[in-house]
Amino acid sequence: MSTASETRVRSKAVRGAAGKAERPGRDGRSGRERQPWLPWVFLAPTIVGMGIFTVLPIIASVALAFFRWDIISAPSFVGFDNFAEVVQDPTVRVSFLNTILFVVVAVALQLGLALGLAIMVQEKLPAWLRVFFRSAFFFPLILSAASVSIFMRYLFNEQFGVVNWLLSLVGIPAVPWLTTPGGSAAVVILVYVWQNFGFSFLLFIGGLASIPVETYEAASLDGATGWRKHLHVTLPLLSPTTLVASVMAIINALQVFDQPFVLTRGGPGDSTRTAVMVIFESAFQRLEFGQASAIGVILTLIIMAITAAQFRLSKRFVFYQ
Amino acid sequence: MTTTTERTAGLNAAGRVVRRRKRDWSVAGRIVLLSIAAVLVLGPVLWTLSTSLRPPAESFQLPPSFLPLDPDFVSYGQVFKQLNIIGLVINSALVTGLIAVGQMITAALAGYAFANLKFRGRGALFSVVLATMMVPAQVTIVPVFMLIRGVGLSDTLLALILPAIPTAFGTFLMRQYFLGLPADLAEAAAIDGASPWRTFRSVYAPLAMPGLSIVGILAFNFHWNEFFRPLIMTISEQNFTLPLGLVSLQGNLGTGSISVVLAGVVLSMIPALVVFMFGQRALRDGLTAGTGK
Repeated sequence: MSTASETRVRSKAVRGAAGKAERPGRDGRSGRERQPWLPWVFLAPTIVGMGIFTVLPIIASVALAFFRWDIISAPSFVGFDNFAEVVQDPTVRVSFLNTILFVVVAVALQLGLALGLAIMVQEKLPAWLRVFFRSAFFFPLILSAASVSIFMRYLFNEQFGVVNWLLSLVGIPAVPWLTTPGGSAAVVILVYVWQNFGFSFLLFIGGLASIPVETYEAASLDGATGWRKHLHVTLPLLSPTTLVASVMAIINALQVFDQPFVLTRGGPGDSTRTAVMVIFESAFQRLEFGQASAIGVILTLIIMAITAAQFRLSKRFVFYQ
Repeated sequence: MTTTTERTAGLNAAGRVVRRRKRDWSVAGRIVLLSIAAVLVLGPVLWTLSTSLRPPAESFQLPPSFLPLDPDFVSYGQVFKQLNIIGLVINSALVTGLIAVGQMITAALAGYAFANLKFRGRGALFSVVLATMMVPAQVTIVPVFMLIRGVGLSDTLLALILPAIPTAFGTFLMRQYFLGLPADLAEAAAIDGASPWRTFRSVYAPLAMPGLSIVGILAFNFHWNEFFRPLIMTISEQNFTLPLGLVSLQGNLGTGSISVVLAGVVLSMIPALVVFMFGQRALRDGLTAGTGK
């Protein structure tokens, strides 16, 4: 060990000296003197690709929001008409309302579960059990939301589903999960949280691991035990992680599509229709591309506002060590 | 004097015993709660596996079984008959594989430029790259769809592959990775007479393989499971990817043959399972990268 590190130090010194003596320009790393175009060769695939498939579409999407276009006839400029129509459209309004309700409930459940389980996993526990639980909670993340929704639809079947069978064992009559507005909303939320809480769980595990053990020792010397310890030590010290985890969870939940599409197709009625579902439907089923873009612009503005709020909040409320 | 010390020592010992017993109970309680959570998480997957291994007629049998004690592979035979599953697998593999390789190459190049090469506007350009991550793909899908349609690529696999190759997140990840590698390697390579390209190719790229594998595994996991873009970009069944094919199979079949659908679901999970077993660490690191943990 010691010899290896000594050699490394020595060779570093030699190299440093040689570098100083021989380096032609200011910076040996850049190669700027000889080939100023070189960085652009490295960047070209990404920059050109993102220009075509991300930046231009963003601009086009904003522009398109001010046009009426069904692909077949020529686009016509309509000013803010699309926004006005979209804001008044009852389906769009219900869908945004659904999305906001979904985000509030799903994110609260997701973060609560993730935090509770992360604290329990990180405390004293046999090592093999810790590994097992961590892998288990992480596992749903690797599955496709579409596949998960496929088997969950069977599990929540009113007559033959396992969920209602389990409920019947404790004397609860069959719940009409997928045929009532409330039941459908509950299934979409449960299935979404089932698959995604593992992501917040991972973030919390990382955050908990970075809290120094001495802090807990100091707290227990002061007489803090059990949940009081977590209330007064863990939660404040975890607040940067909590903020990141909640913002990421909110942004992801705002874009929910796969689960409601496969589980309920937005129904019954519009009860589980989400913002992204109406973008999909107005663009690719009704061919109202201008309106779809207007809805997309509104959704993006909401997401950007939340991201901006994150930065504000992190300055004011988050406790940094 | 001696009696007091003895008494306090005795008290201390008793206190310790009480506390340890309390701790044992709290550990047991936590294990119970965590086990319930684990059963709720793994139960549905086990049910899917065990139901796919039952004859179609017994799909909805209650009480359900969660362990495939008496496996029956009829449904697996059926899924090959009722669904062009080999075609779906080939499509998914092509799309996912080419996206993953494409992302690894482009992200390595761009990440290296942002980390190790100096050029005008580097900071500004990198900010633009990061900013694009804020805009959800569902929002840009309409113009992307029109562009793809305009160049005559609609309803092809290329329509899924090309737009997914440039990756802001991968570029960010690789920049961080290259920044973590020692800078004097480039100096040493320059002294040895290596060109900047050679320095990247033979010195930095091999060292960045762990970072690159994270980019590749994340791309694989995301695009293997992707549903939204294939739903929009492909029309004919021969261009479907696995998730899309399975959802349409569920739509076509009645509830009588759910074990067939579930057999397809299980088959589609196998590659993800392999990644889970061998690349869990990389996947975890990648998913939480850039969250400032």
